[in-house]
Amino acid sequence: MITPFPGYGLGLRKPHYADFLDGRVDVDFVEVISENFMVPGGRPRQILRDVRARHPVALHGVSMSIGSADGLDGAYLTRLRALVDEIEPLFVSDHLSWSRIEGFNSHDLLPLPYTNEALDLVCANIHRAQDALGRAMLIENPSSYVDFAPADMTEWQFLGAMCARTGCGLLLDVNNVFVSATNHGFDPIAYLDGVPHDRVRQIHLAGHSRGKELLIDTHDQPVPASVWDLYAHVIPRLGPVATMIERDDDIPPLSELLAELAKARRIGGQTLAHAA
Amino acid sequence: MSLLALQRDFRAWLVHDDEVAARHLGEAAGPGLRVYQNNYRAALIACLEESFARTRDWIGGEAFHDAVVAHIERVPPSSWTLDAYPRDFPATLAMLYPGDAEVTELAWIDLALGEAFVGPDVTALTMEDLSGIDWDEAILHFTPTLDLADLTTNATAIWSALADDEVPPSVEMLPETGAILVWRQGISAQFRAIDQYERQALLSARACLSFAELCDVMVIAWGEADGIARAGALLGQWVTDGLIIATH
Repeated sequence: MITPFPGYGLGLRKPHYADFLDGRVDVDFVEVISENFMVPGGRPRQILRDVRARHPVALHGVSMSIGSADGLDGAYLTRLRALVDEIEPLFVSDHLSWSRIEGFNSHDLLPLPYTNEALDLVCANIHRAQDALGRAMLIENPSSYVDFAPADMTEWQFLGAMCARTGCGLLLDVNNVFVSATNHGFDPIAYLDGVPHDRVRQIHLAGHSRGKELLIDTHDQPVPASVWDLYAHVIPRLGPVATMIERDDDIPPLSELLAELAKARRIGGQTLAHAA
Repeated sequence: MSLLALQRDFRAWLVHDDEVAARHLGEAAGPGLRVYQNNYRAALIACLEESFARTRDWIGGEAFHDAVVAHIERVPPSSWTLDAYPRDFPATLAMLYPGDAEVTELAWIDLALGEAFVGPDVTALTMEDLSGIDWDEAILHFTPTLDLADLTTNATAIWSALADDEVPPSVEMLPETGAILVWRQGISAQFRAIDQYERQALLSARACLSFAELCDVMVIAWGEADGIARAGALLGQWVTDGLIIATH
């Protein structure tokens, strides 16, 4: 069981390193991209140690490739375990997607078909990862641009079955729900009502862009009204949960992200005191 | 279709633009597949542009982009970390620029500095640490971030000028092949050009020749007084640079 943490946080990005190292940023936790710090040493590891001394840290990965048909990369798990042991993070998360197959790594979060075969495979990989890391993980719902048919279940049914079989928790990315719902024509409210609420431990809020034919999960925009509306819908249905603003491109001054985080606090209404 | 077959088809689309494989993924998948292929290529292009900034400055943005496209065709990424993807790029440049040695040497400096930046943390010895050492037995151990490559041109001077936003010098071939030394001191990645005799001394010392044996080699090459003086000077330079981490 993953202990809930009802706080509000931001992702640690290079333009804001100095702010976080000065220790004066009003956040309850910081999320970092695990792979950026899975290096032998040098400045990146020192920055992470310094930030960790000031804030709880969540490790968010992009390279585990939990949906690879040929299994997980043992060397990757060993590196991640070393980082987990040093940082003692709030959460360790990655995505319901795949990146690697037979020695090729796309470095992108590629979509899975929601079939029974894929569910068996994903659950086996999550079991292996959780054994290697010595803890339960959070798995994030992806944004996707291809919807494979035929499927045996919806994405939210897949997530529910995955949580039940592996004991993992969910990182619910509300923007990803909106992007995929728009691209594939499903009801985002049905999705948010359908995920196992008791398994959600973290929420991502982000923005997206409109491509020629599809919405693209670019994380280069403020959180739009459509995503705030979905957040307001789902947050009363959840228990204590950590919420963060995720911005990866066209990164604005920290004050703008803190303003968005303040809005999340107003809508979410949770405080760290609720954890007690 | 099995999950493995689906993932093989997806890879074929991303890497080889394989339209037949793409059709296996669904008749309506086209727009989405183009998004994924764009993301795939954009991530690799951004990775190489960030890793080889001075090389890009030197050959120009258009030529660099052509080289990146050729490299992505030639070497699909394999590691879990994008940090590994730049490692084969100097070899691609060597194929594309066979008569321009400075291009490959600039790329090697860019690459080695990036690798040293995130290399293992160690504590280097200082001059004060050298007192009381039995120099007859001492073997020098070097920082694991130390890397070495042959240098045939004035690429180090070109790199420095580009980094300082100054007009770079014209390419010159060195009178004799030297070497480039790259390492990290504290949190700062460093490099300097070295001559053949320092290169040979470094290679010998890294091969666990004792410092006394290194002095013997230098004496044979340079005579008693000059050989010992040169060995002492090299040791002083290496300690000042933060290259030595142990002497046992």
